[in-house]
Amino acid sequence: MISPAGIRTISIQEAVHGKNLAVAHENRERFGRCGILAANLLSSPGAGKTALLEATLRDTHVSMPSAVIVGDLQTDNDARRLGRWGATAIQVTTGDICHLDAGMVQRAMAELDLSSLSVVYLENVGNLVCPTSFDLGESLRVALVSVTEGEDKPLKYPGAFKWADLILVTKIDLAAAVGFDRDTAITNLKRVSPAARILEVSSRSGAGMEQWYETLRGRLPARERKP
Amino acid sequence: MHELSLMESALRIATEHAAASGATRIVSLTLRVGALSGVVPEALEFAFDVLREGTAAEGAELHIQQEPVRARCPCSPDELFETSGPVCLCPRCSEPTADIVAGREMDLVSMEVETP
Ligand SMILES: Nc1nc2c(ncn2[C@@H]2O[C@H](COP(=O)(O)OP(=O)(O)OP(=O)(O)O)[C@@H](O)[C@H]2O)c(=O)[nH]1
Ligand SMILES: [Mg+2]
Ligand SMILES: [Zn+2]
Repeated sequence: MISPAGIRTISIQEAVHGKNLAVAHENRERFGRCGILAANLLSSPGAGKTALLEATLRDTHVSMPSAVIVGDLQTDNDARRLGRWGATAIQVTTGDICHLDAGMVQRAMAELDLSSLSVVYLENVGNLVCPTSFDLGESLRVALVSVTEGEDKPLKYPGAFKWADLILVTKIDLAAAVGFDRDTAITNLKRVSPAARILEVSSRSGAGMEQWYETLRGRLPARERKP
Repeated sequence: MHELSLMESALRIATEHAAASGATRIVSLTLRVGALSGVVPEALEFAFDVLREGTAAEGAELHIQQEPVRARCPCSPDELFETSGPVCLCPRCSEPTADIVAGREMDLVSMEVETP
């Protein structure tokens, strides 16, 4: 369509996330071919992602060999905490970027011996908004919310919870101390995310952790082992 | 501010198309943003203002088409209903539904360019 001023309209119709989605798709295929469960963990800062993974590696790394790719704005503290249990932990320092993207995960995957692994955890940057727009190629999206954050967190930051397959209410050892209103919290989560499975866990006391491990085992894909 | 990363991608796509079509300047860009895209239109506008400088889109206008959520409920599977999200309640049975058909999109729809 040419207008008199030499101005023309070009139809594009492309997803802005297109490039990230394409790389995420490659990651997902590769994890799938290797029989690996890839779990993307999202939460606000300090909800307990690293503590959950430390306990999980301690209890399951032998039966389900695992690795962690962890995004952090500045430090490598989380990677050091996670390395203690014999699993490889790769730190992705995101600098000013408030989320992991599929390309960062793909570069980190190149450092892993995928043929030896059953699970790769992707600990996202602590942030309930930005990471939700970036598919990493995971097969399980896990959102965490701690009892200390308030029951209306899922309504204020719905994106993280809405697309989660599994929601973990963390730090339930502190529920009584902070007057956590369990019914309201669960109702809010179910309103935002009616299909997600919800588990209540404490990596400190161990409560609920066995169900989390069972969920992971139930999600392990069939193996073909061709990296 | 993931809107910065997203706008960077949008501008990359736009400038590639502009170069391919021999355009000298991008006059306007139109984006379609779903109510569940996780993107704040004001933040997109801010990102656009910052990032368009020094590109073919310098001085261009940004148009944002906001799209509602379209969802389906098991109680009436042949119908779609619209909502603004994030809690997608069925207007018939008032239950929240997980069957979201549209509303997460963030697409570069079109652009106007100036050609010599
Ligand atoms: N009481 C209690 N404290 C916990 C639990 N899980 C984590 N914490 C504490 O909460 C704080 C934050 O935990 P992290 O595991 O570092 O949280 P995170 O989500 O990895 O934080 P970022 O990576 O910074 O976003 C630490 O002081 C933990 O010891 C729990 O189950 N119970
Ligand atoms: Mg952490
Ligand atoms: Zn209904």
